Amino acid sequence: MELYIFDGSLEGLLTAVFECYQRKSQAVKLVSEALHVPDVFDPGYRVISDREKGKRVWKGLCKKLGKEWQFRFYKAFLSEQPEVYQHLFNFARYVIDHPAGVCENFAQPDVLAISQTAQKVHREKHRMEAFVRFQKTGDGIYYAHIEPDFDVLPLLTEHFQNRYADQRWIIYDLKRKYGLYYDLEKTEEIELDAAPQMSVTNALPSGLLDPKEQLYTMLWQDYFKSTNIQARKNTRLHVRHVPRRYWKYLSEKQG
Amino acid sequence: MYERIREKLGILADAAKYDVSCSSSGSNRKNENKGIGDSEGTGICHTYTEDGRCVSLLKILLTNHCIYDCAFCVSRRSNDIKRAAFTVEEVVELTMNFYRRNYIEGLFLSSGIFKDADYTMERLVRIVKKLRQEERFNGYIHLKTIPGASDELLREAGMYADRMSINLEMPTETGLKLLAPEKSHAEVKKPLKYIQNNITQFESEKALIKSVPKFVPAGQSTQIVVGATPESDKEILYTANAFYQNFSLKRVYYSGYIPISNDVRLPVIGSQPPLIRENRLYQADWLMRFYGFKVQEILNDIHPNLEADVDPKLSWALRNLDQFPIDINTADYFMILRVPGIGVSSALKIVQARKFNRLYESHLRKLGIAFRKARHFIRYADSPVQLKEYEAGHIKGLILSESKSKYQKNPLNQLSLF
Repeated sequence: MELYIFDGSLEGLLTAVFECYQRKSQAVKLVSEALHVPDVFDPGYRVISDREKGKRVWKGLCKKLGKEWQFRFYKAFLSEQPEVYQHLFNFARYVIDHPAGVCENFAQPDVLAISQTAQKVHREKHRMEAFVRFQKTGDGIYYAHIEPDFDVLPLLTEHFQNRYADQRWIIYDLKRKYGLYYDLEKTEEIELDAAPQMSVTNALPSGLLDPKEQLYTMLWQDYFKSTNIQARKNTRLHVRHVPRRYWKYLSEKQG
Repeated sequence: MYERIREKLGILADAAKYDVSCSSSGSNRKNENKGIGDSEGTGICHTYTEDGRCVSLLKILLTNHCIYDCAFCVSRRSNDIKRAAFTVEEVVELTMNFYRRNYIEGLFLSSGIFKDADYTMERLVRIVKKLRQEERFNGYIHLKTIPGASDELLREAGMYADRMSINLEMPTETGLKLLAPEKSHAEVKKPLKYIQNNITQFESEKALIKSVPKFVPAGQSTQIVVGATPESDKEILYTANAFYQNFSLKRVYYSGYIPISNDVRLPVIGSQPPLIRENRLYQADWLMRFYGFKVQEILNDIHPNLEADVDPKLSWALRNLDQFPIDINTADYFMILRVPGIGVSSALKIVQARKFNRLYESHLRKLGIAFRKARHFIRYADSPVQLKEYEAGHIKGLILSESKSKYQKNPLNQLSLF
């Protein structure tokens, strides 16, 4: 078993796939730099990310994978789960070594793992589309922050850009310290200096808010209560759909 | 100044909540005018109330004043409650401000009938028209069809709404007459048919001319109240089935009756709403729509009611043991779909995976099927040899003893003695 160490980027992972063919490696264990524990007896092979090599592997994969599987591959990567890198690496080799279509073999462990991880990331993306709560600031920007389990921001751009095409907005990931800013023309990645102060609750400091913001937060909290049917109370179901870890950023759960 | 709008929202959201439709999917309205909103593809549940129901749309009544006196309805004329009415502007402003903050997918607008049907419908139409034309709102709009409104108004409403619905309320005409003598199923069927015909017409024109506008792109739905009147599950599902077929409905919603009245014709206040029954009806509805079951297979004269302790798919399988076990590695997709414990997506995965290798227990477990339930009905590459055939009662006992059903241990509609 050969040990490969890569930098944790998608490009690095694809480069590793390229090199394992170039170096004619058999079984490979792939770990990211961040999770690698140095071993005196096995220094491992350091993969240097290479744009061209990465591209060639991706092109090769795209020839055999439909749009949906290409997207699954990317989503699984965004999960940032340590074990997923190995699965992605094995999966890429499995696809390259076999005729097109093998990605449908759900009995193959890497195929199943990627499909399931991609599904989890997709669920998180969908949750963020639901749970983002914008607050309108004094200068007319709609601001929200989130702390998703997986790095789903790149997956959110299209949805929010299509939907809120006529308002400026920011969605900020407090955990990963970057955000998306839409300026009515395009969406860009940004980093905010002041963001960490807001990590406790959903609320921005009231001085920054639009004068009517408080009214709509209140009306939304009122609505959330009025639309509930007390006789059907079912806390288990409620928590299953809205897990507790998301509550702190949901304005309706603050009232 | 804020107090008035808060009070109105309180009253009119409270009165609207018994309409259980929450869907915001199935439309195809893209944000093409750089306006606001987009209701393409799947719906989004933005939050869930403490009763576990999804909040997708701002669901409100325009007013809870009503000229009718339907016994099952909170807004009935004879009920002594606070009344309120929104102005057109208030509804538009609430919708836009909630939508811009990503609270909701859109608006669900219903209303009590004040003055007459056309007067009410005309106001509803005015709101949705303003949203679409002045606010350039492309979010989802679910609009109630007011029974008795004119064809012209319905047609206009259909140009702006994504979905329209009108409620049957009681599963049978007899039940409805008992509680709402002023109403009939006929006056529900008429507008359903009219809108259905228009949808078909717009669609066929759109196939020829691309610029034909949208007309109720997410189709129509209806709601049946369960447990207010004594109909059997069979009567309920047969009605639903007929409406799916005759009016191409997208959804039939089943709403367990929540006692809200001291009327002697109805369950008393404080009695438990029939939640298990409602759940079983939805499961049966899913079997008809996604699993290829005919309504007669699920319920018939011998089995007029759904079982409370097992789901309708398991119940059907236990009554039809002669069709099992089936071999996972060879059986037809539609037969795999009928196995209790296997859903649509695992059935698809099974059919795909078995092209590459014979499937073993370990594969099936990982694919995400409810193996403990399914194992009684299937054979796979390494199935254990089974010498005798178990009878239905035995299998049911095994499954129930292994399951952690949320109902069976603690029936909601029964008080525990100790």
